[in-house]
Amino acid sequence: MVPVTWYLWLAAVLFTIGLSGVLLKRNALIVMMSVELMLNAANLTFLAFARQSGNIGGHAIAFFVIAVAAAEAAVGLAVVIAIYRTRGSVNVDEVRALRE
Amino acid sequence: MATVTLPKGNPRTKLLVTLVVALALPVILFGAVLVLATIAKPEPVAVFVREVLHHDPATWPFTGLVYGVAAGLLTFMILNFGAVVAAVTIWWEMRVSSRMQSRIGYNRVGAGGFFQWIADAVKLLLKEDLIPADADQLLFRAAPYFVFAGFGLIFVALPFGESVIAADLNVGIFYVTAVTALVVVGILLAGWSSNSKWALFGGMRSAAQVISYEIPAGLAVMVPILMAGTLSMQGIIRAQGAWPWQWFVFTNPAALVAFVIFFIAQLAESNRPPFDLPEAESELVAGYLAEYTAFRYAIFFLVEFGNVWIMSAIAVTLFFGGWQVPGVAAEAYEAARGAGALPAPAWWGLQVASMAVFFVKTFLVMNLVIWIRWTFPRIRVDQMMNLCWKYLVPGAFATFVATLLWQILVARVPVASTVSGVVLFVGALVALVQMLRLAKQNVEAGGDQVDLSNW
Amino acid sequence: MQITAELVCFWIFAIPLVVTALGVVVARSPVYAAMNLVAAFFFMAGLYVLLAAHLIAFMQILVYAGAVMVLFLFVIMLLSLDEEHPQRERRRAMQYVGVLGAVSLLAVLASAIARVPDAAMSTLAQPDRFGTVKAVGQVLYTEFLLPFEVTSLLLLVAIVGAVVVAKERI
Repeated sequence: MVPVTWYLWLAAVLFTIGLSGVLLKRNALIVMMSVELMLNAANLTFLAFARQSGNIGGHAIAFFVIAVAAAEAAVGLAVVIAIYRTRGSVNVDEVRALRE
Repeated sequence: MATVTLPKGNPRTKLLVTLVVALALPVILFGAVLVLATIAKPEPVAVFVREVLHHDPATWPFTGLVYGVAAGLLTFMILNFGAVVAAVTIWWEMRVSSRMQSRIGYNRVGAGGFFQWIADAVKLLLKEDLIPADADQLLFRAAPYFVFAGFGLIFVALPFGESVIAADLNVGIFYVTAVTALVVVGILLAGWSSNSKWALFGGMRSAAQVISYEIPAGLAVMVPILMAGTLSMQGIIRAQGAWPWQWFVFTNPAALVAFVIFFIAQLAESNRPPFDLPEAESELVAGYLAEYTAFRYAIFFLVEFGNVWIMSAIAVTLFFGGWQVPGVAAEAYEAARGAGALPAPAWWGLQVASMAVFFVKTFLVMNLVIWIRWTFPRIRVDQMMNLCWKYLVPGAFATFVATLLWQILVARVPVASTVSGVVLFVGALVALVQMLRLAKQNVEAGGDQVDLSNW
Repeated sequence: MQITAELVCFWIFAIPLVVTALGVVVARSPVYAAMNLVAAFFFMAGLYVLLAAHLIAFMQILVYAGAVMVLFLFVIMLLSLDEEHPQRERRRAMQYVGVLGAVSLLAVLASAIARVPDAAMSTLAQPDRFGTVKAVGQVLYTEFLLPFEVTSLLLLVAIVGAVVVAKERI
């Protein structure tokens, strides 16, 4: 039987990889992919704890996370397309119209 | 009536060899799948370890290994089954289409050109594997494997007979819908990595088409799921009866509409004509296939024709009663199994019968797919999108709601589904007879000739 | 620790998962990042199956690999963003701080995980029912009914929002 802490370690590593992707990458699309990675890491902990405690509620939460991630991807990609149309680039550093 | 001309000379050996192979091939493939699917289970493996290898399966550390080998053999046979089915489908489609278009068709290798698929495969394997200089090497090489993985994984949950299935997952049909996604990813990759505008257009069109049509297909699949109350493939089949008026497609008027929607959506999802826009030769050269040659091209082709079998088998599972043998109740299988470690002969007989029923139904639906290809012209991109979003999606939602209401209000009375089944079945029968009469009239008016002299 | 099939499967899924997740961040071309992510989602689904979450595992494949990633690939190809940027942009100080922050987050998570009691996985009352469509559906339609309905509203808002934002003229 694989202990629950292994899953937690795995999720922590994945979350860190996702976070560093968000912080390091300048391409908006890769930033969004890293966010998906972080959401998945969170899902993994939910499911690991659900399995450990035998509580099916964790699966329901994971279900909501997937639905929210799909919504996020749809709106996020629409924003990326809109930005590309006005600026010709999807570099997140160049999108600071509100600041200037 | 048709005049039949027989071949000149005496090509008896050729005919004999072809017939032997054509009969032995399905027997070997189906037999291997039947035997392996039965023994690749924990209990028969445990018996094998105890009786033949003389170890206690509970403590012997390699029991898992034996099980793994059995499961691996099953996987190998099922993939072979998929490949051969795809190849024979190509031969059958070419024969049917040449008959429909008054051409001769395949006639060189073997009687009726039956061995053409072997010749084609050998030819494609021996050809040079070209990779365009400006293509993305890695992704260009990887794309066919994505497509093939999406194709092969479906067979895991595809039923063959009463107990003949690699794994009866509790999320069966959902799993099938999910792994099909790999095919889209592979096609998009193939289109992009070729670095050619035709391929890119083809890949983009295909992705747009497949993810659009996944919506009506998924909603139409919900109808049999609602009626059966389970997602498991075998569970859906068991919820139906063996006689035609007990099939889901007839027991509920909404399910008949759902089947039509499902069928059209599946045609579009597997890029079959009249929805073959992604590889429209006249506009896009060959779409995402344009830069592929040799072995990689063969994989794409294999998947395309293997999908015809898969979509027919899924349609039969969901709507046409699957492997249910008329007159054999569900308890009969259990009773015939016997108490021994390996099932009794009667059980094997029932399994073979159920596989035969499933095969015949799938073959008939497959013919429908082939006839449609050679009857309808290709539709335009805007028509394709209109059909999906303006007609099929609302229609699928309507059938979904109608089925909900039917299940709540009407299906409470058991006689309702029987009445619906009989009425719709008789209606379908009348339509079929009418169609056959019309076809016969047309054939006679055209002065049909079956010319077997150049078979 | 005894080597079981579950343990072997865990490592078979976990190691490629971390490798492909790193690939998402390291890859220079967005298409390669997307492909790595598709692979990562598949390995993740394998882990979900190990955790007896069959429905969520295949939902993961259907939604992520089937819809979200196709959408990503579609946008990448539509905007033809093959190369990130030809000239290597200079890494600014903020980015090093960012990596530092990510690593310190890992440290915080590690300290939290170290405090999780290493209790064994519960033996399930009905192992053949846990994580199936029936079990998850039952919870969704009773305990989580309101969030479930709100999710449908959220998806509707997302559809409308995506169309409004992305379309030039409506």
